[in-house]
Amino acid sequence: MRRIVWLLFCREWRLAWRRPGDLLNPLVFFAIVISLFPLAVGPEPGMLRTMAPGVIWVAALLATLLSLDGLFRSDYEDGSLEQWVLSPHPLALMVLVKVLHHWLICGLAMVVLAPLFGLMLALPASVLPVLCLSLLLGTPVLSLLGAVGAALTVGLKGGGVLLALLILPLYIPVLILGTGAIDASLQGMPVTGYALWLGCLAVLSLSLAPIAIAAGLRIGVSE
Amino acid sequence: MKPLPIEVRSLACERDQRELFTAMSFDLQAGEVLQVAGPNGSGKTSLLRILAGLLPAVAGDVHYGGATVFSGRGRERWRQNRLFIGHAPAVKANLTAEENLSWLCALSQPVAAQQIAAALEQVGLRGFEDVPCHTLSAGQQRRVALARLYLEAHPVWILDEPFTAIDKAGVAALEQHIQAHAADGGTVILTTHHSLEHLEGVRCLDLGQVA
Repeated sequence: MRRIVWLLFCREWRLAWRRPGDLLNPLVFFAIVISLFPLAVGPEPGMLRTMAPGVIWVAALLATLLSLDGLFRSDYEDGSLEQWVLSPHPLALMVLVKVLHHWLICGLAMVVLAPLFGLMLALPASVLPVLCLSLLLGTPVLSLLGAVGAALTVGLKGGGVLLALLILPLYIPVLILGTGAIDASLQGMPVTGYALWLGCLAVLSLSLAPIAIAAGLRIGVSE
Repeated sequence: MKPLPIEVRSLACERDQRELFTAMSFDLQAGEVLQVAGPNGSGKTSLLRILAGLLPAVAGDVHYGGATVFSGRGRERWRQNRLFIGHAPAVKANLTAEENLSWLCALSQPVAAQQIAAALEQVGLRGFEDVPCHTLSAGQQRRVALARLYLEAHPVWILDEPFTAIDKAGVAALEQHIQAHAADGGTVILTTHHSLEHLEGVRCLDLGQVA
């Protein structure tokens, strides 16, 4: 079991690095969206600071959604997914590894870059740890929930729009809690409650989403 | 692995509310090769996908060694004993032939690099081990997928159009390999438009006549 997890991780890693363009796309999108805001609304620090939590979170959310559309598509088209479904190994475990790998190269990279953009949007340094924490707990939820939608739309041509329609409503609690934590921190209020709720969602989606993703893929493959 | 008989019992298949076949029953003993034939759209691929376990059957079941596959104890054993190679060869364009095979085999049983090199030589791809598969031709990519037949020890093979894009010499080698597998007590179910009449002991199931 441990062996297959490791081999799958290596496979995903190789595939990702052989197409570095796909790897960078969501991060470039994230960076562009955030850096356009100060240009559009003006450099007034007070205004930027008020907007910062929302801007960073919306950018992270859209970047994740954008990158998830193709998560299972190529494996579906070349028949790899059929072999996964047929394998005696649990499909839910394999998709969990795949989604976590995706989060490592997309979500975690955004968490690492976020302080830089936080400073750019005039967030005080004391708020940056909370910004990182909220993204660290929230982006895995975005990846896992999005993967459920990606699995359900895997066999559909032009499933991107449908994916957004399916998944955006589910993203809203994460968005509210994530930005809420940063807002609270900006006003000097405790953020433990928000962090606990986000952690709760992360654990819930880590444990339940793989089962839903596997079920979605089974339906997709049988079409 | 011990070869076991396969019994298909009143299998039915429906696609988009169109009935492809109903009450299909046949038996396969260990050591038999079954060619599923029929015109386009007669349900050959659907039958193979149902047998592989990718597509749920509307009715009926498969018994493998006496145990039911879809609804009972036979499921696990069937999972471990059948090998399915579909229309899409499951070969990743950005991975090399060796990486592709090592992953595909690891899905059931990991194999060593030397075995993979030997299997690639058998399918005529010696020297292509480290080449990314997108540089290979369609026939060569199909050969990479078919190299699994030389690597994995599954008694039951379910092959959907295995001869597509393969040249004459390759087809002859594959036919020989299929016969050798059957002689060892393995079972092969395949679809092809290519005639297998010159091979001994190949049974034919014509879906055009069943329907």
